[in-house]
Amino acid sequence: MESSVSIRDLSLDFGSVKVLQSLDLEVAKGEFIVLLGPSGCGKSTLLNCIAGLLDVSEGQIFIGGKNVTWAEPKDRGIGMVFQSYALYPQMTVERNLSFGLRVSGMPKAEIEQRVNRAAEILQIQPLLGRKPANLSGGQRQRVAIGRALVRDVDVFLFDEPLSNLDAKLRSDLRVEIKRLHHRLKNTMIYVTHDQIEALTLADRIAIMKNGTIQQLADPHTIYNRPVNLYVAGFIGSPSMNFLEGTLNPANQTFVADDGTVVPVGTYAFETPVSGSTKAVLGVRPEHILIGEDAKSKPFTQEVEIEIVEPMGSDTLAWTKIAGKAVTFRCDSDVVITSGQKILIGFDPARGSIFNAETTNRI
Amino acid sequence: MAEATLAAQSKPEEISTRPSLLHNIFLRNLSAKIAALPMVLTVLVVFVGCSAWSVIYSFTNSGSLPSGKFVGFAQYERLFKTARFVGSAENLALYGVLSLVFTMVVGFLLAVLMDQKIRFENTFRTVLLYPFALSFIVTGLVWQWIMNPNYGIQKVAFDLGFTNFRFDLLTNSDTVIYGLVIAGLWQGTGFVMVLMLAGLRSIDEEIWKAARIDGIPAWRTYLQIVIPMMRGVVITTLVIVGSGIVRLYDLVVALTQGGPGFASDVPAKYVYDYMFARGNLGQGLAASTMMLVTVLIILIPWAYIEFGPKKNK
Ligand SMILES: Nc1ncnc2c1ncn2[C@@H]1O[C@H](COP(=O)(O)OP(=O)(O)OP(=O)(O)O)[C@@H](O)[C@H]1O
Ligand SMILES: [Mg+2]
Repeated sequence: MESSVSIRDLSLDFGSVKVLQSLDLEVAKGEFIVLLGPSGCGKSTLLNCIAGLLDVSEGQIFIGGKNVTWAEPKDRGIGMVFQSYALYPQMTVERNLSFGLRVSGMPKAEIEQRVNRAAEILQIQPLLGRKPANLSGGQRQRVAIGRALVRDVDVFLFDEPLSNLDAKLRSDLRVEIKRLHHRLKNTMIYVTHDQIEALTLADRIAIMKNGTIQQLADPHTIYNRPVNLYVAGFIGSPSMNFLEGTLNPANQTFVADDGTVVPVGTYAFETPVSGSTKAVLGVRPEHILIGEDAKSKPFTQEVEIEIVEPMGSDTLAWTKIAGKAVTFRCDSDVVITSGQKILIGFDPARGSIFNAETTNRI
Repeated sequence: MAEATLAAQSKPEEISTRPSLLHNIFLRNLSAKIAALPMVLTVLVVFVGCSAWSVIYSFTNSGSLPSGKFVGFAQYERLFKTARFVGSAENLALYGVLSLVFTMVVGFLLAVLMDQKIRFENTFRTVLLYPFALSFIVTGLVWQWIMNPNYGIQKVAFDLGFTNFRFDLLTNSDTVIYGLVIAGLWQGTGFVMVLMLAGLRSIDEEIWKAARIDGIPAWRTYLQIVIPMMRGVVITTLVIVGSGIVRLYDLVVALTQGGPGFASDVPAKYVYDYMFARGNLGQGLAASTMMLVTVLIILIPWAYIEFGPKKNK
């Protein structure tokens, strides 16, 4: 696959603070990559490095096969969309879109053609004569996307473009960005701290922590086969349930700290394990089943429900396994009440096991 | 009110809304209105009242006491026939244009410089703002020494061997205004810089990033994006600097006494001289009314732009 953006051994320090540490990232042409991580993990910093808005301390950046490590932002073939929209408030929408092109001395006819195309794609033709102050948040963000669009570039960078919008608009515009990607087939690098955005939009997600990429994979793999405890805990809401204990490869069991035994014969180990190891078993709430469905699972136990949270589409229940608080999800039609005794079960094959010391998946 | 009455007549059933309208005007937020009363009275009596008083007495032939009889526009006719007043207005115009242009431009450029995340920014800012903390009298005295051929820069240059060097702006009636402008700049630019810097800092950093990605050169970003965004700050600064120029007085008194001759005379000094030194209140008030008119010419458009009906921003 042809590479569009390629980041090699990138480091960036602000004085003594190391924000990015020897980071590598290969983005294929036409790929939609989402950078996901908690606040302050360096997502925006990485994006600004790609855009050329920050000088890197070490490493190299290639865009479209060209080394652009020290190139000016405008010469990198990128367009960028910001959280605050960053529209020029005193200019009309039309001028916002065309200003950069005018400054670059492009012929009038071509400018007009590009602006019209962008306006048509984003359906903002009726807004062209207005000033940003007279637009709604969603409309402003469309104009901001349009400003990247008219540049006719191969790579789009988004820095939390939907964070300033309300929930409804956010999901609308999310779909629209996806549609835009299908239509244009540009490479897109998208920063967010919203998991839903990441899971729905991305071809691949890069989970970041403290300036390093923890895992780079498609959403399904990230969700189902997280490489370490951090990724496992970060992705998913409500988050994964964790049980601490010891893994005994000899008799294929995981023994929780209080003695509860979970057979793990069905689990597909990443690496062969020799000798008993301190480990953490992770199970997602929706992989814990109840009643008849639970009976056939390798691990079953009768538990008492503590709290029930109806969420509309499904119901979330809290209980304890091996002394640990555990949540599970069940269909909203199933009637469960707190205090009820119920049989639950799960298949460790759908879960994840991590080494307790290295926190890596085993 | 007229509209309300009309509406009430055409729709008799709405007559009952009239008392509540009166109620709205006088009783709604009553405590807030009572609290604002002293300030409103102060404004009415001190600002409007005193201004009105001085305008009214400018139409009399009052001497050293405000007691003369009404003489129509006679004081104004005399005012515009007096070479000294016309000259002082011309001086002020020249000073005003130069001072306004240079304080704004230099102040803005300094602010831009400060905004480059330079080191020791606080030190520079304090140093540049320091003259603003001084009174015009002190500024005047300092610059009187600096520009005095016998003590100041000229003397220093002379002692260093540059015997042809001249820095005697104040003693030459053609150049004395420029001396005033320099001293005024020294005092005023720091203040303008601080205001402008605050304006620059209020611009979202993402605007700058967007402009860089669009490939817009920094100077164009300042000129076509940032300055238009700072409109409020720029206009407020213009008004402050502008009204400071119109009432220019103490700097002139300290630096040149209006001299040589009347070469650096200004309207405020004319007013003062006629009202207190020459005991001709009528003439002084006529001149001060002209100053008031000038200030209003500056202020009214500003107030209209800033607080007037909201149009598209
Ligand atoms: N100019 C700077 N000087 C020093 N440290 C900085 C600077 N800019 C960012 N940082 C630090 O770099 C780290 C990463 O910042 P960054 O803005 O990339 O985070 P982020 O992942 O985008 O977070 P968020 O989700 O809140 O936007 C933070 O710890 C921040 O404090
Ligand atoms: Mg950020």
